[in-house]
Amino acid sequence: MNKDLILLGHGSGGKLSHQLLDELIIPTLSGTPVSGQNDAAVITHDGRRLAFTTDSYVVDPIFFPGGDIGSLAVHGTVNDLAMVGAQPLCISVGLILEEGFSRHDLRLILESMRRAADRAGVTIATGDTKVVARGSADRIFINTAGIGVFEHELELGGGNAGEGDRIIVSGTVGDHGIAVLANREGLELETEVLSDSAPLNGLVAEILREGGDAVHVLRDPTRGGVATTLKEIALQSQVSVTLLERSIPVHPQVRGVCAILGLDPLYVANEGKLLAIVAPDAAERVLERMRIHPLGKDAAVIGGVTAAEAGRVRMETVAGGMRGVEMLAGEQLPRIC
Amino acid sequence: MNYQDEFRDSRIVKGIAAHIAELAAKAGRTMTFMEVCGTHTMAIYQYGLRGLLPPQVRLISGPGCPVCVTPAGYVDKAVAYSRLSGVIVATFGDMLRVPGSSSSLMEERARGADVRVVYSPLDAVKLAERNRDRCVIFLGVGFETTTPTVAGSIISAQQLGLANYFVLGSHRTIPKPMEVLTADPELGLDGYICPAHVSAIIGADAYRPLAEQFNIPCVVTGFEPTDVMQGVQMLVRQVVERVSRVEIQYSRVVKPEGNRKACEVLEEVFEPSDAEWRGIGVIPGSGLAIREKYAAFDAERAVSVRVEPLREHAGCRCGDILRGKITPADCPLFAKGCTPEAPVGACMVSSEGTCAAAYKYGI
Repeated sequence: MNKDLILLGHGSGGKLSHQLLDELIIPTLSGTPVSGQNDAAVITHDGRRLAFTTDSYVVDPIFFPGGDIGSLAVHGTVNDLAMVGAQPLCISVGLILEEGFSRHDLRLILESMRRAADRAGVTIATGDTKVVARGSADRIFINTAGIGVFEHELELGGGNAGEGDRIIVSGTVGDHGIAVLANREGLELETEVLSDSAPLNGLVAEILREGGDAVHVLRDPTRGGVATTLKEIALQSQVSVTLLERSIPVHPQVRGVCAILGLDPLYVANEGKLLAIVAPDAAERVLERMRIHPLGKDAAVIGGVTAAEAGRVRMETVAGGMRGVEMLAGEQLPRIC
Repeated sequence: MNYQDEFRDSRIVKGIAAHIAELAAKAGRTMTFMEVCGTHTMAIYQYGLRGLLPPQVRLISGPGCPVCVTPAGYVDKAVAYSRLSGVIVATFGDMLRVPGSSSSLMEERARGADVRVVYSPLDAVKLAERNRDRCVIFLGVGFETTTPTVAGSIISAQQLGLANYFVLGSHRTIPKPMEVLTADPELGLDGYICPAHVSAIIGADAYRPLAEQFNIPCVVTGFEPTDVMQGVQMLVRQVVERVSRVEIQYSRVVKPEGNRKACEVLEEVFEPSDAEWRGIGVIPGSGLAIREKYAAFDAERAVSVRVEPLREHAGCRCGDILRGKITPADCPLFAKGCTPEAPVGACMVSSEGTCAAAYKYGI
């Protein structure tokens, strides 16, 4: 294998992405990752904590059932800030447009961004626009960056999961990836699968209000899906995770498409779901609170954390057997976000 | 009822497991069954079924992952085609990461080759229709399940008058290698979990010579957890009763005679040929070659290319895995020098590969 080549898998959010970050990007740029590999960096300045994050969006198609590249770009950055417990304040928008792109489509995307920002309660504060020659980019790529502030002293991070904690998912898994894939591949389904793209800061505020310091980890399982995210957390926290497959909510249409295409919904991207890892005595309360919120109505406890065998994730399958759960290897679905 | 949950119900699965344990105790010895098909291998790992079986019942994986049994030279040829200008290589996603002697299709794509993932050979025909100034070469890798659609794609390309659609074939038939493995005393097989979808095409009767001449129980089994467990139960019962016959567990899909229409399409375009299997060698009559009358669609005959000399990877034991001689954990490279991100052998790459299943789902 030629080690010099960047492959599509390096952008999958799975193992290859981690390798590229650990071997090249982080050591070259900073030496020590400020973010500790969380969704956003938490910076302390003059005694005040700030959250800072950035993300780029290359999804294909740019319009898909349940969203578009514009709303996705806003939600993604808002959610990254929310996952460290910050309230998103403002975001920047960098547009890279391909020569020949339609003004009409650009307007639709910008209007969608504006609506998404209003819904999330963030200001679009600054931006940049570049146009490249036809063929140098595919229609439109968007980068967003965001700043968030903290209204509490809580410290959330992938390294905080502890023995006995319960794992809650906020709703059905795999909706975004399958919505984009079905649309891209022209799969004809009886009822359309919609992307779950949504801003999670409102739901996070509810979770933190209810759970307080019993909430140890919040993560949005985007690329690589729930499986990859939980494996990351198990490694960061040096704990082992056991899932109960039967309790993981999956939309029937998503399950059907996954069965046909040989995909595992646990590895399919979400853009409006979160995983909350919560101390056992608060889990039930947090779950109830989440279910009152529209974005958490299908929330469910899907497993728990144990101390033995650091870094392992296992699952009791629907059939009653046990199996291991690994990170996504290679690419599952390129250009999903 | 959604025709999925019912077949995955843990109460039913555990009930069958209890029956198997009872029966197996009667046999009074260890039994080794081979699941020939990669999809079964995946299902067994994915649902953790091994852990539910009694210690007397051992399941081993066989040569039924088409990508895995395709020899490295085939990947080299596909890589060579992808390097030709004016060529689009269309393939199922599984072939992308399979390492050849010095490269893979994924690496070639990163270097600029036009390699497209398709879900059906008919999508490759559409690509050829839309790109008439270029050659579209479809990588026809698969067993009897896939081959009729490849045959269909060639017929459809002919009807459309396409002169730019080609198939690089590596088509194989399943029953032949099963005969070779049955005769292997080292394996000591007691029965076969026969493929589900392959059998839907060729019919369960295709295994009758195996059961009758080689005295080995054969059960055509579905892919859901309850299917696999029931298939194992039927095999154990045959062993206990000392009989060898072909039974169909997957009767909701598979018939004794198979799918005649699909077989006719297959036979129209393909004819039996000798084929090389990774790890097993050349098995006479185990392949399917494109017939002379469709030679214009055969990439090997119609598009010439220079292929690099074959270089096997040292230490790779895919061959032994595919013959059921060793389990993934027995291979010195497994999860060390060979991982899904940096695979050495095909068994770690394919979504139906035994090593990929063991790596992804092993506990």
